[in-house]
Amino acid sequence: MLKISGLKKTFYRGTVHEKVAIRELELTFQDGDFVTVIGGNGAGKSTVLNLIAGVFEPDCGSIELDGIELTSLPEYRRASLLGRVFQDPMCGTAADMTIQENLALASRRGKHRGLRRGVTRTEREQFVEQLKTLELGLEDRLTAQVGLLSGGQRQALTLLMATMQRPHLLLLDEHTAALDPKTAARVLALSQQIVEREGLTAIMVTHNMRDAIQTGNRLIMMHEGRVVLDISGEEKKKLTVEELMARFSRASGEALASDKMLLA
Amino acid sequence: MSHMLSSFLSACPGAVSQGILWGVLALGIAITFRILNYADMTVDGSMCTGAAVNAVLLLKGVSPLTALFAAAAVGMLAGLLTGSLHTRLGIPVILSGILTQLGLYSINMRILGRSNLPLLGVEGLLSLRDPYHAILVGSVFALAMVGLLSWFFTTEQGYGIRATGSNAGMARAQGINTDSAIVLGLMISNGLVGLAGGLLAQYQGYADVNMGRGAIVIGLASLVLGEAVPFLRSHFSLRLFASIVGAILYYLVITLVLQAGLNTNDLKLLSALVVTVALGLPTLRQKRAAKRAQTAALHKNAPQQKKETV
Ligand SMILES: Nc1ncnc2c1ncn2[C@@H]1O[C@H](COP(=O)(O)OP(=O)(O)OP(=O)(O)O)[C@@H](O)[C@H]1O
Ligand SMILES: [Mg+2]
Repeated sequence: MLKISGLKKTFYRGTVHEKVAIRELELTFQDGDFVTVIGGNGAGKSTVLNLIAGVFEPDCGSIELDGIELTSLPEYRRASLLGRVFQDPMCGTAADMTIQENLALASRRGKHRGLRRGVTRTEREQFVEQLKTLELGLEDRLTAQVGLLSGGQRQALTLLMATMQRPHLLLLDEHTAALDPKTAARVLALSQQIVEREGLTAIMVTHNMRDAIQTGNRLIMMHEGRVVLDISGEEKKKLTVEELMARFSRASGEALASDKMLLA
Repeated sequence: MSHMLSSFLSACPGAVSQGILWGVLALGIAITFRILNYADMTVDGSMCTGAAVNAVLLLKGVSPLTALFAAAAVGMLAGLLTGSLHTRLGIPVILSGILTQLGLYSINMRILGRSNLPLLGVEGLLSLRDPYHAILVGSVFALAMVGLLSWFFTTEQGYGIRATGSNAGMARAQGINTDSAIVLGLMISNGLVGLAGGLLAQYQGYADVNMGRGAIVIGLASLVLGEAVPFLRSHFSLRLFASIVGAILYYLVITLVLQAGLNTNDLKLLSALVVTVALGLPTLRQKRAAKRAQTAALHKNAPQQKKETV
C-alpha cells in the first residue's frame, strides 16, 4: 500500500523563480492498484513520481510504501522497492554496457553488491527466457551494447529491468511518449501484461486519454499540483474521452482547448 | 639518416621501459576518463605523492615492494579526498581534483623535505641503467594491473562503477550508491597513478616535486594513442591493455621527435597538441558526418516535402 500525505514541493523556494509544483497531495493506493495519471504540462505528474523515487526531497509530507517511510531514504536505497521506466528511452539503461550486463545490474537491485561475478551463466540462461517474452529478438543479442538498440527496444528492456526484482511499486512516466505509435502500443501492452501477470501496484503517467481510460483500474487527473479527479472501478470502465474532458473542465474550472492532451 | 636511425634504435629500450611505467598511470586515467566519464585532475599531484612516499620509504630501508604498495595506498587516499570533496561537499569534480592537486603540492614538498630527493645508495626493483630488466619488471606490474582491473570490472562492484559512469540516474534507479561508486573509482584510479609514481621514482633513481606536472596530459595522450590501435578494441581487457601500448607508442614518438631536434621543453606543447587532435577529431568528424547526412536527406526529400506530416 502506498500512502502519501501532506506532500508539498516547491522549486526555487524563496527566489523570483519560485514554483509550486505540488500544492498539497493526499493519496492512497491499495495493493494491486494500477493507476493512470493524466494532466496538462507542468501539472506536477513527474514531480510526484520523482518525489516517490527520491530524485528530490519534498518540502514536507510523508510517503509510506508497504509500511516503510520513503522520505528518509536516499534515492538508491528506495530503488529496492521501486521499478522505474522514464519518458526518455536513454534514461533507463546504461548505453555503454551490454544487454546482459544491464539485466544483471537490475537483477541485483536492492541486494548487496560485492566481488562476485557481475553476471553468471545461470543468469544468462534466465535472461534469454525473460527476453523472449518481449518478442523483440533481444534474446539473441545478450552481448550487444544497449546503445545500439532502438528507443522501443531500450524501453522494453527498461521495463523488464524495472520488474525483474518484483517492485513494491512500478513507476511509469510517459514511458511510451517518445516511441512511434506501433512501438508505443507494443510497450504499453507489455506493461499491462507484466503488471497483470505479477499482480504489481503501478502508476502510469500518460498524455493519451484513451490509454489512460483503457489501462488500469483507477484514473487520476492532476492540475496545478493537485489531484482534481479520481475515478475508479465501474465508473472508470464506462468512461469516454469526451466525458473525461468535460469532467476535467468542470473540475479545473478551465477550458482545455489549447492543451496538448487534446491532441492525444 | 642512418646515424639517426641507429641512435633511435639504441634509445628504444629506454623509451619502451618508460612507456610501460607511464602505461600504469594511463590505466588509472582510463578508469576516470573512460569508465567514470570524469576528467580527474588529482593525477598531477597523486603521482608525485606516490613517488615521494616511495622514495622516502626506500631511504628509510623499507623494501622496494612494500614502498610501492605504500605509493599505491597514498594515491588511493588522494582519490578518496577528491571523491569526498565532490560527493560530500558537492564541489564539481574538476575543481575537486585541482584542489587536491594543489594541496598535495605542499604535502609532497613536506614528504620530500626538498624539491628533489635522489635515491642515493638504495636499489629499487628497476632502474633506467638496465632498460631490459626495467621492461621485464614494468611489464609484470602493468600486466598484473590489467589483469586485476579486468577481473574487478566484471564483478558486481565493477559493474556498479561502470553503470555510474555510463548513466548515473539509471544506476541509482537500480539501487547503486553512485557516490560510493565514484569515490571507489577515483581511489582505484589514483592508486594506479601513485603506483606509477613509485615505479618511476625507482626507475629514475629520484623523486622530484615537479615530476607529476602535466602527467594527466601524458596519460591522456597515451590513452588516445592506445585507442587508435585497431586490434585492441574488441574486448574490455584489451581496451585496458591498449593504454599500456599507447604509453609505449607515446614514448617512442617522443624519442623520435627529440632526436629530430626538438627539445624537452617543446614536448609539453606537442603532448597538448596530440591530445587536442585526438579528443577533438571525433567531434569534428561527427559534425561533418551529420552535416553530410543532412544535405543528403534534403536532396532526397526535396521533391516530396509537401507530403510530409509534421
Ligand atoms: N527539477 C526541476 N527544477 C525546477 N522546476 C521543476 C523541476 N521539475 C519540475 N519543475 C517544475 O514543476 C512543475 C511541475 O512539473 P512536472 O514535471 O511535474 O510536470 P508534469 O505534469 O510532469 O508535466 P509534463 O506533462 O510536461 O511532463 C513545472 O512547473 C516545472 O517547471
Ligand atoms: Mg512529466
